[in-house]
Amino acid sequence: MADAILRAEGISKWFGGVAALQDVDFEIAPGEHAALVGDNGAGKSTLVKVLTGAERPDGGRIWFDGQERHFHSPLDARRAGIETVYQTLALADHLDVVANLFLGREKYRVRLGPFSVLNRSAMRAEARKMLESTGVHIPDLRSSVMGMSGGQRQGVAIARAAGMGSQVIVLDEPTAALGVQETARVEEIIRGLKRRGVTMLMVSHNLRQVFDLVDTIWVLRHGQMVGRRDTSEVSPEEIVSMITGADRVTGLEFT
Amino acid sequence: MNSGGQSVATGADMTRTGGAGGGRRVGEESPPAGARRARGSVLRQRLGDLVSQAAALAALIVIAVVLSILSPRFLSYLNLSEVVVEGAVTAIIAVGATLVIVTAGVDLSVGSVAALSGVLGAMLMVDAHLPWPLATVAGVLLGGVAGLVNGALVSWVRLAPFIATLGMMGVARGLTFMSTGAVAVYGLPPGFNALGQGYLGPIPVPAICLVGVIVVFAFIFTRTKLGRYAYAIGSNKDSARLMGIPVGRYLVLVYVLQGLLAGFGGMIATARVSSGQPNFGTGLELEAIAAAVIGGASLFGGQGTVSGAIIGAFLIQVIRDGSVLLDVNIYLQDVIIGIVVWIAVAWDYFRRRRITERTRGIQQSVRQSVRAG
Ligand SMILES: Nc1ncnc2c1ncn2[C@@H]1O[C@H](COP(=O)(O)OP(=O)(O)OP(=O)(O)O)[C@@H](O)[C@H]1O
Ligand SMILES: [Mg+2]
Repeated sequence: MADAILRAEGISKWFGGVAALQDVDFEIAPGEHAALVGDNGAGKSTLVKVLTGAERPDGGRIWFDGQERHFHSPLDARRAGIETVYQTLALADHLDVVANLFLGREKYRVRLGPFSVLNRSAMRAEARKMLESTGVHIPDLRSSVMGMSGGQRQGVAIARAAGMGSQVIVLDEPTAALGVQETARVEEIIRGLKRRGVTMLMVSHNLRQVFDLVDTIWVLRHGQMVGRRDTSEVSPEEIVSMITGADRVTGLEFT
Repeated sequence: MNSGGQSVATGADMTRTGGAGGGRRVGEESPPAGARRARGSVLRQRLGDLVSQAAALAALIVIAVVLSILSPRFLSYLNLSEVVVEGAVTAIIAVGATLVIVTAGVDLSVGSVAALSGVLGAMLMVDAHLPWPLATVAGVLLGGVAGLVNGALVSWVRLAPFIATLGMMGVARGLTFMSTGAVAVYGLPPGFNALGQGYLGPIPVPAICLVGVIVVFAFIFTRTKLGRYAYAIGSNKDSARLMGIPVGRYLVLVYVLQGLLAGFGGMIATARVSSGQPNFGTGLELEAIAAAVIGGASLFGGQGTVSGAIIGAFLIQVIRDGSVLLDVNIYLQDVIIGIVVWIAVAWDYFRRRRITERTRGIQQSVRQSVRAG
């Protein structure tokens, strides 16, 4: 495997007496698309949060872009070049699409600390480009995201992550709440990221989607990484048995 | 069911993405039910923002027209400038209250803080013989300090805004009475009194102060980082945090600004009556919050405008003025204002419920169509 752009070694994370992650290793190469699968509570979201600065690991080390990193906040990770679409999307419902795309990273005409003056026209122009380049269609950029469909909201969150020219994008269950057509659209956006050479890690319960989209599959079970497989060399059945630790099928979608 | 989306590459059904994405043109010719509903909900919600403000403005105009018919004195220059001067202090503080409410907070201390600023500013002039401009600035800054304490309690001690500012309400009022021995402070310099009683041409000075506050804060609300972050924090604190907004620091700043405006309002009110009154401002916090809510601010956060606060404050003031002109029982005005606040808050709840129901409805229609298709 080529030099990893993002690598984690021996990550552990405890919540009270619960070991959400135990001695977990993970790596992803530049341009690679990987999926993280596992049962509910396996620790997928926790690993995502550790990798993206939203949680501090209790043990282990993280390298990004050739350097060891200690992300203290999501902003640290964002600044380094890791963008995350959280399970909750992290949108501000009352703000419009443009404001959400630039949330926490606004452009300014004049910098005066908290009284910095927003450069609204520059943000509007760039927002259009961000949405176009990720293939997200939003009819009206000035409408707030509150009344938007699940797919549109997901699209805004993904465009925000993808549009900043970052090297790595992490998606936690990007299609969990979506209908068939919206899922297809989000998957198309992810394929676009692949074409543009953007590295992507996704969490998904949908194995059909995982086999369609990614190069490698990492399986977590009870907080431990039970293996990494190349999608081309593994069957869905094998992944299922890795997830469950048996050949029992529980609540997984093959659709 | 599949009326609109055959040309969409992914195979359209009646989900509203037909309206959002590739099938947009098709959708416009013959919008699928879901698409129509989704677009309607965005529109309706934006309309809703305007409606609550427009309703308040309409109410203000209707009351003004009715009053001008019932009482010839209403439209007199004397009465109108009285309304403006009386309303200015409430309006100035209501602008700050709106900013706090936008962050999903509330500040119950503004009335007490205004009184504390007023009497201490007055004492600095009368007892410490400080030049009045200096004492005025000191009074305003004192309000800012009270706001800083509020903000620190909310952000860093993590008290609920309601509790933090309720405490400050008592502390500031207590300090006001302690420092004055519960008697008013008289003997203010005429230069200072002009802040509340003077005129620049035909325009009362408090009105000019109010216009200054409106201009500055309308800019802060809509054009600055602080304004943007206030809405983001009130809309969804977790999202704001995940996107790297320093939520705590911005909340502190919001309460400081509210404190400064309370201090400013307190100084104007003091100048208006040529004395520092320790009793000033009881109930002012509720009036400021009422003005903000009447003007369309949502107590759930994320929503509220400067123009709404001004409309709300003057709606309240005109009701008070009208009660005096028409010689109705002066306590009736409080009843009327209370009812108006009920209506405004109920409208806020109602609107929110409708939006969530609609969103849920859309999701259901998607699920059904997925199952059917
Ligand atoms: N903030 C927290 N406090 C306490 N326990 C937590 C916290 N976050 C996660 N956990 C626990 O850690 C374990 C892993 O949770 P995590 O959210 O990572 O699972 P997941 O694989 O993402 O599951 P899902 O598929 O349901 O999203 C679970 O047992 C969960 O209860
Ligand atoms: Mg999860």
